[in-house]
Amino acid sequence: MSIDPQRTPNTLPILEFKSSSTLFVPILILYSNDLHNVEQSLYEKINQAPDFFRNSPLVFDVQELNKRAQDLDITVLASLLRRIGLFPIGIRGGSEQQNKQAEELFIAIDAIRSSDSSSVPAETPKPAVIIPDASPTSAAVKPTAIPLPAAIPTTIISHPIRSGQRIYAKGDLIILSQVSAGAEIMAEGNIHVYNTLRGRALAGVQGNKDARIFCFDLQAELISIAGDYKTSEDLDKSLRKKPVQIYLQDRALIIKDIA
Amino acid sequence: MARIIVVTSGKGGVGKTTTSAAIAMGLAKKGHKTAVIDFDVGLRNLDLIMGCERRVVYDFINVINGEASLNQALIRDKNCNLLYILPASQTRDKDALSQEGVGRVLEELSKDFEYIVCDSPAGIEKGANLALYYADDAFIVTNPEISSVRDSDRMLGILSSKSRRAEVNEDPIKEYLLVTRYDSSRVKSGEMLSLEDIQEILSLELLGIIPESKSVLTASNQGTPVILDEKSEAGQAYADVVARYLGEKKPHRFIDGKKGFLRKFFGGRS
Repeated sequence: MSIDPQRTPNTLPILEFKSSSTLFVPILILYSNDLHNVEQSLYEKINQAPDFFRNSPLVFDVQELNKRAQDLDITVLASLLRRIGLFPIGIRGGSEQQNKQAEELFIAIDAIRSSDSSSVPAETPKPAVIIPDASPTSAAVKPTAIPLPAAIPTTIISHPIRSGQRIYAKGDLIILSQVSAGAEIMAEGNIHVYNTLRGRALAGVQGNKDARIFCFDLQAELISIAGDYKTSEDLDKSLRKKPVQIYLQDRALIIKDIA
Repeated sequence: MARIIVVTSGKGGVGKTTTSAAIAMGLAKKGHKTAVIDFDVGLRNLDLIMGCERRVVYDFINVINGEASLNQALIRDKNCNLLYILPASQTRDKDALSQEGVGRVLEELSKDFEYIVCDSPAGIEKGANLALYYADDAFIVTNPEISSVRDSDRMLGILSSKSRRAEVNEDPIKEYLLVTRYDSSRVKSGEMLSLEDIQEILSLELLGIIPESKSVLTASNQGTPVILDEKSEAGQAYADVVARYLGEKKPHRFIDGKKGFLRKFFGGRS
């Protein structure tokens, strides 16, 4: 990337985008905790590929900052990213304090894996992180740019869901890895799959007709919202292997490309 | 402490026993004292592949039931004195296996051996579950066809949820992908899944590709693990697998089926 020497006299870049070997989500690596500079660099980057970045989920990596003991307020960073139109879903390399902040903002904590892309994706599957209900003691949580439904527990899973496995979430379900054919994921709320969805996905299983399914790569065997379903045979071929959202409109399942 | 390896697949007939025999022999040949256990109680095969079927006196179930000591049941391999075979019982069924009994045998073996290879039966029932329960590493044997890949995926789910490591929340079992019976010409013609397809579905580190080879059947019938046939591609591929497992860096071979100049010239064995 080009570096503006005037703005970064120490010749270090302010930030960098990397693709991830395990997630289909861009990783934002921060090298500066000057949020003014970060914001400007982000705008420059995004202007190069506005379609790619619009409403894109992303994982931000603050490991480099922490290595140099540069502190960063995650709440402020998250609202900056959201203001720009990005959707932070995960943090890497955060300090204990930063991870705690992230958790309060419903941002998943992703363990750092070696940058070597040949490493096994499923090497260190983490147990499902279930964020508990916002208890009265966390009333001091700073307001965020986007109001989140704080009372509903969200289940975040970062390991692959294999054939034959079933996942049930009482609230929203976020899966950062692939869902294999023959696996079944169910949620009373929305389902997000930031990877390939090959199994069955059932959102709003208790009858919530407003629930939606989002996925990066639709190859599902079956999708269902509040009991209305389509099997893969009924899916429009043009939407296969595409990032889509699925919602219910007048009892009809609508599948829309979100790329 | 020994490292416990399970060779598993879900589907039958993909090459679990051939693989177990080959890698156990490979590890022993590299100087590591290795035991290989047949978990396929009632359908004993490993002894045939290892060529020790006429020396079986006591078996795994006898040891579990305390009817024989481990030393009485272990059979030393005729080709390599660092390799021992613990055969399955042919007259019993999987119900004769118990989690506690298997654990006891593995613990006792761990004191004396560096590697313990568990040859899992097909299926996802008791025998397969017990073969993987105590594992540290898993070799997932997959053929380039969709039903085998799906069964492997199912097995990966079981490895990550029903193993001892999963139950006590230790580091998960390390999983390695082994694609066997790979026929590059049939992959090119679209009859078989490609490596990319398999890896995309399973997202696993590829430990090795074993090409379809007549030498595998020959070796099985002779009762010598195919890894000892150093001239065959399958034997070389298994040797690569063992080397990679032990941390050596070796490029993958036998993917595109190109033969070397001399082989083309003299029509070497495939």
